[in-house]
Amino acid sequence: MESLQKIGVPIAAILVFLVLWEALVRLNGWPDYVMASPSDLPQAYARFWELFLVGAWQTLWRTVAGLLLAVIVGVLIGMVMGFSRIMRDALYPLLVGFNAIPKATLVPVLALLFIGQHDFNTVMMAFLISFFPIAVSVGIGLSTLEPEYRDILRSLGASRVTIFRKIALPKTLPEFFGALKVSVTLAFIGTNLVEIVSPHGRGLGALFLSGQTNSNYPLMFAVLIALAVLGIALYYAVVFLERVFAGWAERETT
Amino acid sequence: MDNLIDIKGVRHAYRTKAGPLPVLDGLDIQVAESEFCAVVGPSGCGKSTLTRLVAGLMRPDEGEVWLHGKRVTSPRKTVGMAFQNPVLLEWRNILDNVILPLEIVAPSMPRRDRVARAEALLEMVGLSGFEGKRPSELSGGMRQRASLCRAIVHKPDVLIMDEPFGALDNFTREDLWQTMRDLRAKEPFTAVLITHDLRESVFLGDQVIVLSGRPARTQYVLDVTLPDDRTIDILYEREAGEMLHILRDQIKIAQGRGAAEAQ
Ligand SMILES: Nc1ncnc2c1ncn2[C@@H]1O[C@H](COP(=O)(O)OP(=O)(O)OP(=O)(O)O)[C@@H](O)[C@H]1O
Ligand SMILES: [Mg+2]
Repeated sequence: MESLQKIGVPIAAILVFLVLWEALVRLNGWPDYVMASPSDLPQAYARFWELFLVGAWQTLWRTVAGLLLAVIVGVLIGMVMGFSRIMRDALYPLLVGFNAIPKATLVPVLALLFIGQHDFNTVMMAFLISFFPIAVSVGIGLSTLEPEYRDILRSLGASRVTIFRKIALPKTLPEFFGALKVSVTLAFIGTNLVEIVSPHGRGLGALFLSGQTNSNYPLMFAVLIALAVLGIALYYAVVFLERVFAGWAERETT
Repeated sequence: MDNLIDIKGVRHAYRTKAGPLPVLDGLDIQVAESEFCAVVGPSGCGKSTLTRLVAGLMRPDEGEVWLHGKRVTSPRKTVGMAFQNPVLLEWRNILDNVILPLEIVAPSMPRRDRVARAEALLEMVGLSGFEGKRPSELSGGMRQRASLCRAIVHKPDVLIMDEPFGALDNFTREDLWQTMRDLRAKEPFTAVLITHDLRESVFLGDQVIVLSGRPARTQYVLDVTLPDDRTIDILYEREAGEMLHILRDQIKIAQGRGAAEAQ
């Protein structure tokens, strides 16, 4: 019963959304080139399904690669900031400043630095846009660890590595996954940004661009929906990992 | 008899932005083997600092801390610690929380033996049946019981407790005093207990040490001449009443000195 509700309610919500969308387009009598309606989409998918598969795969692997890089670098920076006050004071303004830069401005910079390296540039952008929340959350998680937690093991002569592995790391996992949920969305945006802006891009973003150049509006909307589906899948993959590794942090809500 | 804990002429000052803050100034404490030493003193006088010195988590500027005939200069595997906050690990169940010190101190001990040891302790404190529960599923008093089990699971020479019952309500606290007394009867250990509660210090302690206001020195040492198998009722009898009276007077003196210095 409960699982039925868990799956049924979101599906019903999506159906309602599609019906409203269709109704909006029909009632206004909008033609295809103003706004496509859901009933136009199956056609677009049927015609271009191969392009969709290839594009989705390219978008997916580059997002995941960028995110993995962000996790590795973010955790390392977070550890450095969490354990050393001096490094925290030194790195924090740099990171905040970097994070404040609108990432769209980095597309041409990357494109010029690494000319023609489209895959590399895309992964780099996904990484650059998404490592910040991870670094900050890990850093804060480690630096706010109550001293007593450390002292129970430190008083037994445990090494710093042991304390990190047994206490600090698991204790910051909930914060880490909270940040990862933000980062996965950001990485996805970063990938698409490069795909759409680059002249000879690949992935779903490039498919969107070609829909635009050919004034194929149903295709553009079909890409948007595909992006949403992919984004949801990535997000819930993170939620799944969170359940597995930090499920203990979930409180029963009664 | 040799003293298990010997603190001689310890002085310590924290280095703060506003200059050095003297916290301990001429601290002398002797605790014999299996003795229970309760320490009371005004708030902020340096009691927690004392526990960190005994645990070897920090070194004093001057003076010496000896444990078991060895000078303490760094942490050693033979102490157990418990704090006001039970600091149980949320991602482990109660049994695995209790086992934690064994993973550090006795890495080669088979899991079966570790579990047996932890289960025996949990039974002594009345937590049988809660082994598989998460800390968040337990009441504050039960968490503190589990925390005590964790502090002694590796059979430490010294159990150091920093206001372990401070956050509990009165009835739960008295329950835990009795648990503590029963634990000691079955598992002899030497203990240093920091507390704000004079009744607690008299009920549990073999000696009660009163520290002066910051910077703390040993101001008064009270020998508790009550039988080992005390009950809570004894606190309402004349002998204990007199001791409590003395301690109260001493605390007043300690606070007076602290207040005078603050001006
Ligand atoms: N790491 C530190 N750096 C600087 N000052 C500190 C540090 N730790 C404690 N102090 C200061 O030293 C004094 C004694 O601290 P301590 O925690 O030992 O007191 P306490 O007797 O345990 O207090 P309480 O009764 O509130 O638990 C306090 O004034 C505190 O502010
Ligand atoms: Mg304290």
